[in-house]
Amino acid sequence: MPSDLARLGVVDAADRLAAGDCSAVELVEACIAAQEAARNLNAVVADTAERARAAAVHADQRRRRDEARPLEGIPVAVKDIFCTEGVATTACSRILDGFVPEYESTVSARLWDAGAILVGKTNMDEFAMGSSNETSRCGPVRNPWSPVDGPSLVPGGSSGGSAAVVAASAVPAALGTDTGGSIRQPASFCGVVGLKPTYGRCSRWGIIAFASSLDQAGPLTRSVADAALILEHIAGFDPRDSTSADLAVPDLHTALQGDVRGLRVGVPSEYRLDSLPSSISDLWEQGIAWFRDAGAELREVSLPHTRYALPAYYIVAPAEASANLARYDGVRFGARSMGTDPDELYTRTRRDGFGEEVRRRVMIGGYVLSEGYYDAYYLRAQQVRTRIAEDFRHAFQDVDVLLTPTTPSSAFPEGAKTDDPLAMYVNDIFTVPASLAGLPAISVPAGLDEDGLPLGLQLVGRAFDEVTLLQAATVLEAAAGTFRPPAMAA
Amino acid sequence: MALTDDDVRRVAELVRIRLDESEVKPLGEELSRIFSWIEALREVDVAGVAPMTSVVEMQLREREDAVTDGNCRDRILSNAPAAEDGHFVVPRVIE
Amino acid sequence: MTGPRTIVGTTGDWELAIGLEVHAQVATQSKLFSGAATAFGAAANAQVSLVDAAMPGMLPVINRAAVDQAIRTGLALGAKINRFSVFDRKNYFYPDLPQGYQISQYRHPIVGAGELRIDMPDGRTRVVGIERLHLEQDAGKLVHDRSATDSHVDLNRAGIPLMEIVSRPDLRDWEEAGAYLRKLRALLRAIGSCDGNMEEGSLRADANVSVRRPGAPLGTRCEIKNLNSVRFLMRAIETEAGRQVDLIEAGETVHQETRLYDPQRNETRAMRSKEDAHDYRYFPDPDLVPLQLSESRIERLRDSLPELPDETRERLIRDYGLTPYDASVLVADPDAPRFFEAAAHGHSGKRVANWIVTNLFGALNEAGHTLAESPVSAPDLGQLVGLIEDGTISDRIARDVFDEMFRTGASPQSIVDARGLRQIQDTDAIDAAIDAALAANPGQLDQYRAGKTKVLGWFVGQVMKATRGQANPGLVNERLRQKLDGAGKA
Repeated sequence: MPSDLARLGVVDAADRLAAGDCSAVELVEACIAAQEAARNLNAVVADTAERARAAAVHADQRRRRDEARPLEGIPVAVKDIFCTEGVATTACSRILDGFVPEYESTVSARLWDAGAILVGKTNMDEFAMGSSNETSRCGPVRNPWSPVDGPSLVPGGSSGGSAAVVAASAVPAALGTDTGGSIRQPASFCGVVGLKPTYGRCSRWGIIAFASSLDQAGPLTRSVADAALILEHIAGFDPRDSTSADLAVPDLHTALQGDVRGLRVGVPSEYRLDSLPSSISDLWEQGIAWFRDAGAELREVSLPHTRYALPAYYIVAPAEASANLARYDGVRFGARSMGTDPDELYTRTRRDGFGEEVRRRVMIGGYVLSEGYYDAYYLRAQQVRTRIAEDFRHAFQDVDVLLTPTTPSSAFPEGAKTDDPLAMYVNDIFTVPASLAGLPAISVPAGLDEDGLPLGLQLVGRAFDEVTLLQAATVLEAAAGTFRPPAMAA
Repeated sequence: MALTDDDVRRVAELVRIRLDESEVKPLGEELSRIFSWIEALREVDVAGVAPMTSVVEMQLREREDAVTDGNCRDRILSNAPAAEDGHFVVPRVIE
Repeated sequence: MTGPRTIVGTTGDWELAIGLEVHAQVATQSKLFSGAATAFGAAANAQVSLVDAAMPGMLPVINRAAVDQAIRTGLALGAKINRFSVFDRKNYFYPDLPQGYQISQYRHPIVGAGELRIDMPDGRTRVVGIERLHLEQDAGKLVHDRSATDSHVDLNRAGIPLMEIVSRPDLRDWEEAGAYLRKLRALLRAIGSCDGNMEEGSLRADANVSVRRPGAPLGTRCEIKNLNSVRFLMRAIETEAGRQVDLIEAGETVHQETRLYDPQRNETRAMRSKEDAHDYRYFPDPDLVPLQLSESRIERLRDSLPELPDETRERLIRDYGLTPYDASVLVADPDAPRFFEAAAHGHSGKRVANWIVTNLFGALNEAGHTLAESPVSAPDLGQLVGLIEDGTISDRIARDVFDEMFRTGASPQSIVDARGLRQIQDTDAIDAAIDAALAANPGQLDQYRAGKTKVLGWFVGQVMKATRGQANPGLVNERLRQKLDGAGKA
């Protein structure tokens, strides 16, 4: 059954391929079929089926010649923010209509070099600005956990398509990017694993920039081991990215075997919000208990500047975005609205090409950098960011990882927060602090709320200590089990 | 922190996004709401705190001075909305 | 004249205050943040990388050689080298600026305060303050003459490394501004950080010009952009100062603005393009981390500096007895000191310098040659001076010999021999020529005897003519005087 093949995770699929139990062609066909069956989710925005089929044939040939690479024949979907050579790449923005990159992002190129096959470019919030995938010009994504006959729930965002397509078992793994929670929050909403590596771990070259000091690529998968394996193949130094860390990538996959006895797990008191639904605080307590049972040492820690993280983020990220998005001017690529002089061309192109949320954030960014406001906003936000990073550094003197909820709620219905930007921004309250400090963090599915919707718990690690982070994540995974959307169960 | 209509127009001009006059006021109100939320940052004591300049500690890496790129005009122009004789084309600029 | 020039208005004198921002292309093979070539004269957009075209997801990586040259230039200017500097984004929209921002240095430039000494022809020396030097990217080029309705964009220059060298408003007139630019050019060429080629745009200046009553505070300044020759710089400043004086004297005010100089009409006019009141929204480029310099690197670069023009100048004055002005002119051309020293070997340095500055430079200039292309070699010029020194030829003959040397490249000795130009030292021969001249011109002889002693010079000329210039003029003078005065007594 092809659909069974599509349900395989990365590690299992690699084993089956290696054992000759299935072929890359079968696996890719299964994923194409599963994506077709899940078309109503609107998770995939660019059709790559023909390319994938050809690549699968090639993968099988390599395997027959004993030239199989580590991920030979493994289908991977990629967020539409990664530039893919010869495949339309738009960041789900009208302004990049028709843009076909002449180059491949470092991270995706590494996957293909390891033998993986591109099966689908996934839907996302426009330029990764959003927490519900509703700002996409390609339309919203339906969370696979939405009640069969009920309203559509959002998959989270901005990597909503990647989370949905993995949750729907239409691909073993997908790449996303995380700026303030854009991998972890949709992972939590869709019941999958989402890993944001340390800033600098994965190259940003060829990824359409939102906020350069925050953007990081990472995997969304159905298991921690799968996330580790994908990270191992996308991470590493890239001389084309000045912020890429020149550090060796540890053997993450095998590092997972270690146990966590004596691991010091911190629980930040500032994350205990009064407004937190009991389902989430209960799950958090459950997570604490799981770690205690596994032999870890639990400690209360303080991250005093937590509540300033979100406001600081909404200065820094829009400021960087306002400059990063200046290149979309209708001159060298993408959509153009005509004007009689360059300024008219710019203002029309950018008005027509950017959606409402993108325009809003570019305006915020332009404002906080403008004369007379720089010190009060941008400079202060970067100072607060230093404070937040110090909080973490201080906490990590006593603990090895931090355990928090990923999101303050489960998936909400489409349209519920589109009229209130602030309500939408608050979705990232638990994910943004680690982003500002550049720390690695992972969301692991940990349970369901009273409506049967998945919830994730977040672990945050020391910079470049993805090994400990992933080891800790296996504890949650082992205790909580895995979760499949009811409609997909069977 | 409230944005005036002129603030909104000025910023829209700076970032080159055309605004209809009818959008100015509602956008100003919405941005003002966001900025009053951001105001919380004023509570933080940042005296003597260095602004973050690099997220993870690293030195600026410098590359050797060698010609390793360019000479790829077709790739540069392949996505251009308008190109002619190896140039990008824009409406006439008056300097 | 002594002292700086002033503008004489209808209401009195006006002083000028001028500051220059010089953009010097750093002598590198590749661009500041990409590996595309910097060579002059390539086909449109042939030297453009995906980074230079600001394609989505492209990232800058800095060129080490550009950093080194900026440091060397700073050291040569006696300036403070900042151990910590930051690259900022300067945000504005223009069709020649692909990123929508220029990567520059704003709050923390790589080089701080320094100074440059200039020597004026009237013997004055001025020390001009340098405020800062920073690295930045050049923009592309707009071509307007290919179509009536469109402009064409060529990005070959986009991303070329520039050093912006900013002077304090210490320059008092256009002569000083010209001397400053020439001196700076000589310094950059001497240390090899910029080829100084103004025709190819390697060196351009923006001039900030204001006028004031003597002793009054600085007036409102206007910036004249993109002056690409010393001559245009000087004329533009003089013209602009005159315009400002006319305005003020007519009861109007000078508005701070950016202007362009039109050499055809010799006038400046305000630029039409808006610049958003210069709200460039600078902020640190998050794609680059701060540049930190080690002491050892700075010392290594200091050791790499050749003898600087001011040091050479002092040495030439001290060791060869040159006038300060001749020494300054020699060091203005980085090839000239070596040429001079080769030519002056065994001869009067003062005389050799005078020949280079007055005759050789004049001839080269007229022929459009550089010193490296000189048809007259340094040893030959030395030989020519030697022939004057030992009385073989007179100064006047030497000028003829020089002209032939410049035309044919022949040695002075061979020319003197071939044309029989050896100077007549034989008093008998000279006396004979004098006697003939006196006998042939009894009228003039009578005039002399009547007290019109000026006729002496006329007789010298006649004798020189009769000897085809080969008689030693000193000797002719002496013998003629004896003869005339002796005859008078007789």
